Amino acid sequence: MNLKEWIFTTDHKRVGILYLIGSLAAFAVAGIMALLMRAELSAIGPTITANPTNYNVWLYTHGAVMILGFQIPALTGFFANFCIPLMIGAKDVAFPRVNALSVWLFYVGVILALATFFIPDPPDIMWTGYPPYSTITTGNTAMYSFTVLILGFASIIGGVNFLTTVAYMRAPGITLNKLNIFVWCTLGAFVLQLIFVPVLGTAVTLISMDKYLGTNFFDPAKGGDVLTYQNLFWFYSHPAVYVIFLPFIGVVFEVISSHARSAVFNYKMVVYGGIGGIVLLAGEVWVHHLYVSGMADWLRIGQMVTTLMISIPVGLMMIGLVGTLYKSSIAFTTPMMYALGVVFLFLIGGLTGIPLAVPSLTLAVSDTYYVVGHFHYVMAVAGTFAIFAGIYHWFPKFTGRMYNEFWGKLGFWLTFLGSNIVFWIMMDIGVQGMPRRYYDYAHFPQFEHAHQWMTAGAVILGLGFAIAVLNWIIGAVKGPLAEDNPWGSPSLEWTTVSPPPHGNWPSPPSVSEDWHPYAYKKG
Amino acid sequence: MHKEQVTGAIRWASAAVLGGMLAAPSWAADTSQAALQKINDPARGWDHLWREVIVDITIIGILFALVTAYFVIRSRRTAENQVGASPTLSPAAAVAWVVIPIFIFLSIDLYTAANGWVLWNHYRDVPADRLEVKLESGMYSWDYTYPNGVRTQNQLVVPAGKPVMLRMTSRDTLHSHYIPDFRVKEDSMPGRVTYLWFYPEKPGEHVVTCAEYCGVMHGYMAGRIIVKSADEYAAWMKQEEIQFAAASATDAPASVKTGQPAAKPKKT
Ligand code: HEM
Ligand SMILES: [Cu+2]
Ligand SMILES: [Cu+2]
Repeated sequence: MNLKEWIFTTDHKRVGILYLIGSLAAFAVAGIMALLMRAELSAIGPTITANPTNYNVWLYTHGAVMILGFQIPALTGFFANFCIPLMIGAKDVAFPRVNALSVWLFYVGVILALATFFIPDPPDIMWTGYPPYSTITTGNTAMYSFTVLILGFASIIGGVNFLTTVAYMRAPGITLNKLNIFVWCTLGAFVLQLIFVPVLGTAVTLISMDKYLGTNFFDPAKGGDVLTYQNLFWFYSHPAVYVIFLPFIGVVFEVISSHARSAVFNYKMVVYGGIGGIVLLAGEVWVHHLYVSGMADWLRIGQMVTTLMISIPVGLMMIGLVGTLYKSSIAFTTPMMYALGVVFLFLIGGLTGIPLAVPSLTLAVSDTYYVVGHFHYVMAVAGTFAIFAGIYHWFPKFTGRMYNEFWGKLGFWLTFLGSNIVFWIMMDIGVQGMPRRYYDYAHFPQFEHAHQWMTAGAVILGLGFAIAVLNWIIGAVKGPLAEDNPWGSPSLEWTTVSPPPHGNWPSPPSVSEDWHPYAYKKG
Repeated sequence: MHKEQVTGAIRWASAAVLGGMLAAPSWAADTSQAALQKINDPARGWDHLWREVIVDITIIGILFALVTAYFVIRSRRTAENQVGASPTLSPAAAVAWVVIPIFIFLSIDLYTAANGWVLWNHYRDVPADRLEVKLESGMYSWDYTYPNGVRTQNQLVVPAGKPVMLRMTSRDTLHSHYIPDFRVKEDSMPGRVTYLWFYPEKPGEHVVTCAEYCGVMHGYMAGRIIVKSADEYAAWMKQEEIQFAAASATDAPASVKTGQPAAKPKKT
């Protein structure tokens, strides 16, 4: 194994692993930012820094890197790359060189995002970058714009690649109704990326033009409008949560089905009702991020209804997941624990989102810690648990070795405990009025205890994550050799050797008439 | 049709669908209460609807979690080569598993939406008999102007028992005037005017805090709403008016910052 081979690789599996390494590095940095923030908030008044701008830069980095540098690349970069060609019986993706280009663009984007710490004027505009602040701050708004543009571009070319791959490169016999749920979910996510990323690209380009070139798109003093930016931004960034949600729930479907050896319940309901419904509704709900921004009353009411209706496709997918557990045969392995953890966290996150769909209720809780707690449950932590479930699940396949079950489970329980402490308390003090993005909370002394508990919870949480990552590193280097199909799954990726060679199979796989990725056979 | 009639109809339809299961009793209480009150204090309505929605999602969550836990506990693998039963659904059952859940989710959604809409109208329809104050926010202060020209900063004094409306704008970045005790906030922005109102029923003090990231000192942007009895308020206002008249007579700037029109972004 030499470095040159990895740098010039066009093998989808290696490209995927490069994505994984980059996104986990981004996760580590953004996670350290979270711990710094929690340390700062552990007491009223300055604690680890006396300069609020430092806190704001950490928060900017944490939000932007977690979403753009960790979750989206891990899901649509690593899992999509590693799994999709294997699941559809293809030798590689349709355009392997374009694929290699996308991963290196991703590295440029991540390095740009992390270079924040080495420039004198790091961005302090939050991952949302709202003007007018983003156009008058002394922080470096251009850095934000370019990071978003490069990562967005990497994702778009990935999207074109995967849509083509699934359309044209399926092995004979793999019809659309025999695709893994994960493949469907990822297709849905890429369709959303292709439609909506250009809108985000427009928004972030325009703020940098306003700031550096003196244009006036968002400057009311010269005839612009500040709200236009918020609309453009959320027109992308709400669908972006489904770009994260769809692949992560797809991973959970694969893990639960494999470790419970049970066919996905009502497959067509999940695919056409669940995934299809989300793709259809994704673009009609962005105003729920602007409920307190002075939008027209009728629009706020209209999008309350569409937002509440998101419960329908999401509910169908939850029925699909829980139905899969009915009369199944569950092995409580580490990946299965994480996947069941997702069901629990996502249930809390999803239900606590219902009040946030109602504009009159958000007049009190919008922009408070209630929202921060809610979205960490529903996306941040549920998504991270799903990513961890997937890494453990396919670990024997992509490394050829086994991880350690004991440390795996210990890591799971620590993160599970820690996240519930941190994010439950967040929701609780949010309802009582604690606003988000605060470096200090001098006029809310009643929340100091709660903040201390959250800081303690974050330490437990961080420890659990660190144990998991160490478990992978040690397992990949010197874990025991893994079997080709340790979980007994009929899904195609398990029919080749571990780790699969370049080209995946010696000769192209063929599937029988009664084959299905979820048709478990006894014995 | 009138708005209230439409929402009324939707409420009836969806309540009927649910068979009064989840929330009909509280719905009845809600209507009778609303009819009794002269001023619909949105904060009260908020507490009521919030509690109702939290009860609903708690019930749904517990039911769902119990079913999941039951399936999980019953399904522990006992032999190495065991596989799940994976029962196949008849076409009719497969369709029913889509249509019936959609029906249930949709009725819960519409029911919640109708209640949310009614409360929304209370929040947006400001009572005619009110005190109207202008607010200009800036990095990092709240500057209030009363109808008679009196100005205050980071402190809004209001009489108990009278609805207060704020017409808001900003002279620089975005801010959000959030009063947790009155369950209300709305962003203030340069180049736009937004409003909110609240009902200070009793004398007391309430924190105002900024809920939209506005710059480096966002976390310190706070103020206070002081609710005085009608008499004390009148006395306070008289005092302020005298000061204000004196200040304008000598043409000296008032004791508080006046603020400028929308600030221009830095030129580069
Ligand atoms: C590892 C454990 C984590 C902890 C302890 C944590 C903690 C926090 C804290 C304290 C805040 C800021 C609250 C504020 O001042 O408003 C925050 C914001 C945020 N977090 Fe996390 N977080 C974690 C994981 C994640 C993950 C995995 C994601 C992935 C999507 C994520 C996404 C975000 C976002 C988008 C924000 C909002 C940033 C903003 O306000 O602009 N977090 N988190
Ligand atoms: Cu959204
Ligand atoms: Cu602020």
